[in-house]
Amino acid sequence: MDTLTKALQYALNPDSNFLGQLLTHLRLSGIALFVAALIGIPLGILISRYGSVARVVINVVGFLRVIPPIVVLFLLLPSQGLGFRPSVIALTLLAIPPLLINTDTGMRGVAPAIIEAGRGMGMSYWQLLRRVQLPLAMPVMIAGLRIAAVEVISFATLATLIGGGGLGDFIASGLALLRNDILLAGVIPAALLTIGAGVLLDGLQRRLTRET
Amino acid sequence: MQFLREWTLTQYLFVHFNDKVGPRLAEHVMLSVITLLIGLTISLPLGLLLSRKKELAGPVMSVLNIIYTIPSLALFAFLVTLPFMDLGPKTAITALTAYSLFSLVRNTVVGFDGVDPAIKEAARGMGMSDAQLLWRVEFPLALPVIVAGIRIATLSTIGLTTIATWVGAGGLGQLLKDAVYSNIHLPTIQSQLYAGLICIGGLAVGSDLLFRLIESRIRVPVKARRTVVHITPQAKEAWE
Repeated sequence: MDTLTKALQYALNPDSNFLGQLLTHLRLSGIALFVAALIGIPLGILISRYGSVARVVINVVGFLRVIPPIVVLFLLLPSQGLGFRPSVIALTLLAIPPLLINTDTGMRGVAPAIIEAGRGMGMSYWQLLRRVQLPLAMPVMIAGLRIAAVEVISFATLATLIGGGGLGDFIASGLALLRNDILLAGVIPAALLTIGAGVLLDGLQRRLTRET
Repeated sequence: MQFLREWTLTQYLFVHFNDKVGPRLAEHVMLSVITLLIGLTISLPLGLLLSRKKELAGPVMSVLNIIYTIPSLALFAFLVTLPFMDLGPKTAITALTAYSLFSLVRNTVVGFDGVDPAIKEAARGMGMSDAQLLWRVEFPLALPVIVAGIRIATLSTIGLTTIATWVGAGGLGQLLKDAVYSNIHLPTIQSQLYAGLICIGGLAVGSDLLFRLIESRIRVPVKARRTVVHITPQAKEAWE
């Protein structure tokens, strides 16, 4: 309990830059998720229309996922150096597969009869995509987003290992200085962020599934 | 330039395997193997228990899922703050085991749940005892799913063991950590980094292939058993 109070004191002390690091953490995860969504979702929509391409892409992605994410983080080191940018790149690479795979699965899960009906009503390709396919694929896509978000927010803690900042910085300095209060000032918010993101997106997914 | 880099890497692996890469690789494998052995000793009985007592499955899986969600560095670091833990392999193995349990237990439960009740009924009808039913019927039929869980847990453990070095437990992460704190533009440091990454990636890909091979092997007897079941109607016909 004593360490907890000290950790709280440390976090509230303006010198510790707790809010700054929290924002860096959120920025790391936010930018990575956004860029990953910009790449993964259109790509998923695209490959869902070509069955054989989708199989190849998903197998390749599945094989690449065998490589531990931490390897990707350090692989960028010689070319990108240390810092925020390589961390974001690694996190983006980590977030793309679940978004891509779930978009593809969701889009292909839409019953052909429904698409046929939409087409019969004279919908254009974009109308069909926006008003029929995407809303119906949404629960599966949100499930992908949940996986990606939890992985990214959790993995952003490791950005500190290549100087990317974020809440991991407190953990790393706590471990280096053997100061439990600094360490917990990073551990507790980092754990709460990931668990919170998981619970939030689970709720969103449940609501969307009930609506459809 | 590219050629030069590859050359220094090969040279590095040859020259420094015994003093730098080898020991770290051995530590890495040891940490992962011990983790998985402890994980299995806990997960097999626990998974079996959860598949028998459904009301326990929900809460236990939620707890394991929450642990699995906690950022790895945070869990490693949190364990260090506990009074009976220190900087060293004990902390690393505890954290790694806690992570591995989610996939291991989940797949054990799913595996046992997936056994067709009709098959169990048939085994009982043949006069099998509870123990015989478990060892001769349920366990072999659940095994492919359990092995898939071991594969998933092995992959994540190999990746996470890299972080063990930050709590003083060694492993291949040491090579990466040293590279970060040195001048990354030096060819030797880059080679050291790549050597570490190649070993971690190689361990992951290698164990993935190994477990997939095992999975395909143990699926065969199950199929063979199915053929026996397929023959039975014919046998029945002959008998009628």
